[in-house]
Amino acid sequence: MQLIFEKGREGRRGFKIQRSDVPVKATIPENMKRKTDNGLPEVSELDVVRHFTTLANRNFCVDTHFYPLGSCTMKYNPKFIEGVSKIEGFEDLHPLLPQLSGGGILTQGALELLYHMEQLLCEITGMDAFTMQPLAGAHGELTGTMLIAAYHRAKGNKKKYILVPDSSHGTNPASAAIAGYEVIVIPSDKTGVMDIDEYKTHLNKEVAGVMLTCPNTLGIFNPRIKEICDLAHSVDALMYYDGANLNAILGKLRPGDVGFDIVHLNLHKTFATPHGGGGPGAGPVGVKEHISRYLPISKVVLRTDGTFFLDYNYSESIGYIAPFYGNFGVIVKAYAYILLLGREGLIDVAEKAVLNANYVRSKLKKYYKLPYNKTCMHECVFSAEIQKKNGVSALDIAKYLIDKGIHPPTIYFPLIVKEALMIEPTETESKETLDSFISAMIEAAQLAETNPEGFADLPANTPVSRPDEVKAAKDLNLRWRKE
Amino acid sequence: MNYTPHTEEEIKEMLAEIGVKSIDELFADISEDLRARSFNIPHGRSEPEVVNHLRYLASRNSTSLVYFIGAGFYQHYIPSVVDSITSLPEFYTAYTPYQPEASQGWLQAMYEYQTAICNLTDMDVANASLYDGGTALYEACMMTIRINGRKKIVVDEGINLIYWNMIQCYISNLSLEVVKIPVKNFGIDRERFFQQMDEKTSAVVLQNPNFFGCIDDYSDIVEYAHKKGIIVIESVYPLSLGLIKTPGEMGVDIAVGEGQSLGIPLSFGGPYLGFMATRKEFVRKMPGRIIGKTVDKKGRDSYVMTLQAREQHIRREKATSNICSNEALCALRALVYLSLLGKEGLKEIAQLNLDKAEFTRQQLEKIPYLQVFRDRPTFNEFPVILPESADVVVNKMIEKGFAAGFPLGRYYKGMNRCLLIAVTEQRTKEEIVKFAESMEAVLCS
Repeated sequence: MQLIFEKGREGRRGFKIQRSDVPVKATIPENMKRKTDNGLPEVSELDVVRHFTTLANRNFCVDTHFYPLGSCTMKYNPKFIEGVSKIEGFEDLHPLLPQLSGGGILTQGALELLYHMEQLLCEITGMDAFTMQPLAGAHGELTGTMLIAAYHRAKGNKKKYILVPDSSHGTNPASAAIAGYEVIVIPSDKTGVMDIDEYKTHLNKEVAGVMLTCPNTLGIFNPRIKEICDLAHSVDALMYYDGANLNAILGKLRPGDVGFDIVHLNLHKTFATPHGGGGPGAGPVGVKEHISRYLPISKVVLRTDGTFFLDYNYSESIGYIAPFYGNFGVIVKAYAYILLLGREGLIDVAEKAVLNANYVRSKLKKYYKLPYNKTCMHECVFSAEIQKKNGVSALDIAKYLIDKGIHPPTIYFPLIVKEALMIEPTETESKETLDSFISAMIEAAQLAETNPEGFADLPANTPVSRPDEVKAAKDLNLRWRKE
Repeated sequence: MNYTPHTEEEIKEMLAEIGVKSIDELFADISEDLRARSFNIPHGRSEPEVVNHLRYLASRNSTSLVYFIGAGFYQHYIPSVVDSITSLPEFYTAYTPYQPEASQGWLQAMYEYQTAICNLTDMDVANASLYDGGTALYEACMMTIRINGRKKIVVDEGINLIYWNMIQCYISNLSLEVVKIPVKNFGIDRERFFQQMDEKTSAVVLQNPNFFGCIDDYSDIVEYAHKKGIIVIESVYPLSLGLIKTPGEMGVDIAVGEGQSLGIPLSFGGPYLGFMATRKEFVRKMPGRIIGKTVDKKGRDSYVMTLQAREQHIRREKATSNICSNEALCALRALVYLSLLGKEGLKEIAQLNLDKAEFTRQQLEKIPYLQVFRDRPTFNEFPVILPESADVVVNKMIEKGFAAGFPLGRYYKGMNRCLLIAVTEQRTKEEIVKFAESMEAVLCS
C-alpha cells in the first residue's frame, strides 16, 4: 500500500490555515531560516482520511478481534471513557496554571481528580501514598527502583543488587540497571514460582530490593509471598510489586497488606484505558509511609479549607521524573472506569478474569503441554513443545490463529518456558468467544499432527505473511525517501 | 456496571469443566492471612452519574482563560480529522505490533511517522516515539554515553528547566557529570560554553528556540564539538521547523523534542510525545521502538518492528533503555496533523505564529514601564521585563481573564520581573489588543 508521502499532488492542501488578522509580516535572520524542503505530504483532507482509515483496517484490535495477548490485559475499553478526557476543562488545561500565582484555583477540579485517584489506588493496593507521574509501566518501574536507591542512600546503606526471578519482564532488570544496581536472576522452582532456597542463598545485606510480579508471568500465584517479603525486610531490602498482573487479584489481595513496599500499576491494563497501538499508558507508583518522602515532585495536597494545591517543597524527593503530573488524559479515563465499576465490579473483574483463564487452561491441556499444571490466575502459559516435535512452533500456531481472526497469545515469553504460548483472555470475553478460540487452538494442534507442513504458508488471509525480519534488520530501511 | 458477559449457567459449566465448585476455589492459593484487609471502594455508578461527576470536576477548572502562556507547551488548533482518525478503534484498541500480519496498519503508520520526523528535522533516522520531550532528552544523553563512552554532559541553561530537572533526577544514581552553563542575556554564552567542551565531554545539549523563545544558529558550536569528538543534542519545537533552521542543517547529531504542538492537546501535562531522530551510524544505539520496511515471502512490501536486540525484552539489563511501550497514539496524532497541514501549511502556521508574536510585542511596547526583549530574534515566545514582580502581574491578569505568561522568577534567580509570553496562531488580533490594554491597566494602576 502506498505511503501518505507517495500520495497527493503538488499544491494540494488538506487544511486551511486562517488568514492572518494582524497587520504584521515578521521575519527572522537569514542564517536562522530553514532552507531545506520540509518533505511533508501534499494531500487533501479526504486523502488523509481515506489513507488512515484504510491503514486502520489492516490492524487487529480488541473491538474487532479476540486479543488474548498474555501480560498485556487486552480487555474491552468501555466507550464512554473515550470521551471523558475530552470534556472541556480537562483537554485544554495548561499544565503550568497551578504554578502561577492565583492559577491554582483555576485547576481545582483537575487536582481534586488526581487526589481522589491517589486515594482510590491506595485503597486498591493497600499502600499509603501514590504518585500519578510515571508515564508508563516501565517508567513506573524506573521510578520505583530510584525510590529504592533514595531510601538506601538516606539510610547510608551500601547496597549493590536487585533480585528478580527468571520469569520477570525484561523491563525489571533494565530499570534496575538505570537506578545503578546489578541484577541477580533467581531461578524458578518446579511449581513455577521463585525458588525459595535459591532466593535465600542470594539474599544478603547487599541486596537493595526484590522485584516480583504477582501473580507471576506464568499466571501463578506464589503462596509464600509473605515469607519472601519478610525475608527481604530482614536484610533491609525493599519489596517491589510489578503491577502488570494486578487484574487477577483486585479485591482479593493487596500488595501492601502482604509486605510490598513499592508497587507500580499499569492503568492501561487493569483499568481499561486504551492501549493505542503501544501507548500512551500510565504507570502510577504507590509506596508505604516510610518511602513516601522520596516520591517525585510535585504532590497534590488537600488544605484544611478544602482546596487543593501542588507541593514542590520536599527535600528528600527523587526529583522530576515527568514534566508534570503524569499522563493526565489517561488518568481521567482510569478514574472514570474505577468509579463506574466500583467495589463489586472490580472484584468481579478479578473473578471472571481468573475463571476465563482457568477454563481455557482446562480445555487445552489435553492438546498442549502445560509446564505448570495447576490452577492459574488471570493467564495460563502453554508450551508448543509437543507440536514442535513435528516441526510446528509457537510462532506457527500464532500465524494459524491470525488466519482464524484471533490475535495470537504472547509467544516466547516468559523465557523459562520453551515455545511459550501465554494466554490472557481477560474478564470481558464471553464463553462462546473462548470456545471458538479453544476450537481454533485444538484444530491447530490437530493440523500439527496431520499436516505440519501446512503451517508454512500461514497466515494466508492477511495483507502480508511472515515478513522477512532478518532482511529488515540487515538492510535497514527506516524511512521513505523521494527517489 | 461491569462488562463481564457471563450468565449463571455459563459460570456453572465453566466451573464444572475446570473441576472446582466455586470461583472462590480458584483463589485458594491466596490463603486467608493474605487476603485483602479492606477494599473500601465506593459502589459502582451508572455512566451518566460518572460523566456528570467528571463534568463537575472539569467545571472547576478554567475554561475561559485566554492563554499567553507556553513555556514549552502550547495551545495550537487541532484539526478535527486528528481526533476522528485516532479514535478509530482499529488504532485505539490495538496494541504493540508484535504480530506484523495483524498490525500492518499501525506498522506502516509508524514508518510514516518516522519519515515525517526525519523530514521535519532533516535527520537520517527516527524512532517510533518516546514518552515526552524530557525523557527523550535524557535518553539522548544516555545514548551519547553509549556511543563515545565519555561521562560528561554540557547543558545550556536555555533548555527547558523542567527537562534540566528531569535529567538531574535520572542520572542521580549513575556516575555522570552534568555541567549547566548559565545563559547570557537570554541566550547561549558561547565563550563559557566553548570552555567547557573538552575531551571528556560526551555531549552538549542545546535547545532551539530556547526556553526564553530565542532562536539561534548553532552551526559554530556543532563544528567545534565535532572537532573534539563531542556529540550534539538539540531539543526543538517541531512546529517552529516550518521556518527555522533545522537540526540537520546545523549538523546536529541527535534531534529530540516535545511533539505536543503537533495536534496533541495540553491535557494538563500529558499524554505528550517525545520524538528522537539521529544519524544513520547511531541507529543501533538509539532507544525505543523502530519500525523497518522489508518484504514478505511473496515479495510484498511489509513493515516490522526491527533492531529489537537493542530492547529490554531481549537485552534485559544491557538494553539501550528500559522503555517498553511508546506513545504510539500521540505519534499518530502528530503524523495526521503533519499530513493535513502539509508542506505549505507547516510554513504558514509557523509564519502566523511569528507574525502574531511580533504584533503582540508591538502592542506591548506601547506600554510605559514595560520593556520588550529585542536583543535576540525569537519565534512565538519572548520575554518582557516588567516594572514589578511578574508573579503579582500574572495574578492580576488572571482576574482579567488572561494566563499572561510564565513568570521566569519561578525558575531563575534575578528574573523576578521577567515574564515569558507565548503567542500562538490561536490568539486573535482582538485578544492581543485586549491583552495589551489589560496589561497596561494592571501596570499603570
